[in-house]
Amino acid sequence: MGSRRYLLRKVAQAFLSLFIVVILNFVLMQLAPGDPIQRFVRNDKLTQADQERLREEFGLDKSVPGQFVAYMQNTAQGNFGLSFISGQPVRDVILAHLWPTVLLVGLATLLSTILGVGIGIITAWRRGSKTDMTLSGMSMAFYSMPDFWLGMMLLIVFASWLRWFPVGGYMSPDSDLTGFQHILDVARHLFLPCLTLTLGYLAEYALIMRSSLMDVMGEDFITVSRAKGLKDKQVRNRHAVPNALLPTVTIVILYFGYVLAGAIGVEYVFSYPGLGSLTAQAINTQDFPLQQGLLLMFAIIIIIAVFFTNILYSYLDPRVREA
Amino acid sequence: MSDDIATPSTAAVDLVTEPALDSPRKILRTRRKRALAAFWRQYKSNRMGLVGLGVVIAWVLIAIFAPLLANKDQLSESYAADQNQPQMMEPSWLLSDADKAELASQQSGISEPNRTDFEAITTWQYPMGTDDTGRSVWSLVIFGARISLLIGLMATFMTIVIGATVGIAAGYFGGSTDAILSRIIETFLILPWIMLAVVLASIMGRSLFSIMFIIAITGWASTSQLVRAQSLSVKARPYVERARALGASDWHIITRHLLPNLFPIIFANTILIVAVSVAAEALLAFIGLGDPNSVSWGSILDGAQSSGATLLGAWWYVLTPGVCLTTLILGFSMCGFAIEEIVNPRLRKR
Repeated sequence: MGSRRYLLRKVAQAFLSLFIVVILNFVLMQLAPGDPIQRFVRNDKLTQADQERLREEFGLDKSVPGQFVAYMQNTAQGNFGLSFISGQPVRDVILAHLWPTVLLVGLATLLSTILGVGIGIITAWRRGSKTDMTLSGMSMAFYSMPDFWLGMMLLIVFASWLRWFPVGGYMSPDSDLTGFQHILDVARHLFLPCLTLTLGYLAEYALIMRSSLMDVMGEDFITVSRAKGLKDKQVRNRHAVPNALLPTVTIVILYFGYVLAGAIGVEYVFSYPGLGSLTAQAINTQDFPLQQGLLLMFAIIIIIAVFFTNILYSYLDPRVREA
Repeated sequence: MSDDIATPSTAAVDLVTEPALDSPRKILRTRRKRALAAFWRQYKSNRMGLVGLGVVIAWVLIAIFAPLLANKDQLSESYAADQNQPQMMEPSWLLSDADKAELASQQSGISEPNRTDFEAITTWQYPMGTDDTGRSVWSLVIFGARISLLIGLMATFMTIVIGATVGIAAGYFGGSTDAILSRIIETFLILPWIMLAVVLASIMGRSLFSIMFIIAITGWASTSQLVRAQSLSVKARPYVERARALGASDWHIITRHLLPNLFPIIFANTILIVAVSVAAEALLAFIGLGDPNSVSWGSILDGAQSSGATLLGAWWYVLTPGVCLTTLILGFSMCGFAIEEIVNPRLRKR
């Protein structure tokens, strides 16, 4: 009963967030300097016919409310306009760059969460020990390093000097590798950017898990489980860690936007052809429609991801539903 | 101890111990001074906090006295070109005499090896090498400290002002105000901040002010969330009820009761936000959204990336600004965590 209301409330919240983002995007569009028609006309990759069609589609000759209606209709249909890059639809350009980023960010999030939680458990359980001091100190240092800079240093050492890994890209150019060879090639290109992001966020999650676990360790039920005569390992794995894990998971979800931001810098460093490189390109070419499309697309992806993890979370921790 | 800053219980104690004829203002001042002393006593015993504070003070001093430590002319590309300075050169103390002789002959245009003393590069002329236009990386990072610190601090100030205002409004007024503001806070929390920054930079253009504004407008939500939660808890305390029963206005309650109680938590948050803002500035400058007319650590790294320093193995060009960034961010983070431990009693007894 309670869970149904919870579900409804989360659905409403997700739609509200979506609505706020869409409105914000429209406001930003209106705030952009210069006449919107001029912005499209400035793009020499678009033909006269394309420009006319855009003007029609987006109601650029209409008043602000008229433009809003056209904008809402287009957005609902996933039509974000035409990119300055070869005049392709923004949606197609974004989709073409989606996969490498999903691979990179997904893998890095997975690895950094698992390793970070592990390090957090070790450091919290043996707090004050030499292991804790070393690992926590290293976590602090990695936490403070800008991701893109870490990437540049790794690139210099492992690609420029040692030549163990390629200097960038998604796979070797002009290669016709297939099957396992192809996967190996992609993995070799993925290694350094993925290592960079993993190191950068592992530290973040380790520090969060450490403080979350230390919070739990002060709770009464831990004392009770010790009093029951459970072994140290049982107390840790059965009682402390599952309870400490929940707040950490929330943070990991909320950090998703930051990981994406980090990925943009890192992709740029390794010329990894994902959304990060696309963003850098959109900045350099002042491709406003593409920039807005990326903002909207990312926001939608994150809102959906947050919604589903909220639902999952409420099953893992029933207390959330009652709050 | 942080509760000492403004809880009325200590006020009552003070009223008894202080001479009876003191003005309320003086009582308040004594009490604040005492709270501050207590805070410093606790802070002093935190080693991490002291190291962080030392690093931050060192960087502030470097930024202030930059002209004494480096040559400002080196910031100009045309100056470097006029002086015919060597480009992408490794730190001068690593050069052998033969290297120096070769560079000197290149510089003077005279190829005779026996003219080595002519305009020879001294050991400490380019302590951290030169960039792709021949500017001294040492000078760039020393003066870059000014921009990175300035933007970090100003952006933080704006972040806190926006964040605290929205948080107090949501937490204090509650009801539909809270409902609307909370949804906006939630949306901004999960919004991909970098994309919003990109779009905003396109609209606002590239200047120091626009970077500060962009960092603030994309980063205020976490402060708001924190302030809102704390406002809710302070609002429910009996002395706020008492003040309202005595006819105090919202403004009076917010400025005299709410803000002093929010201060410790906002303060700890502020220091951590500085670290985040410095990092955000670096990333924005790196992907090409920085102010083209000023040198910050992020923009130096942007130069390194676009000139291919990573592929050429020009480590000094990449390592130097990165170490600066890491130490400054680490310094502020350490201070912030230390203050948080003092301010937030839940974290203390560990």
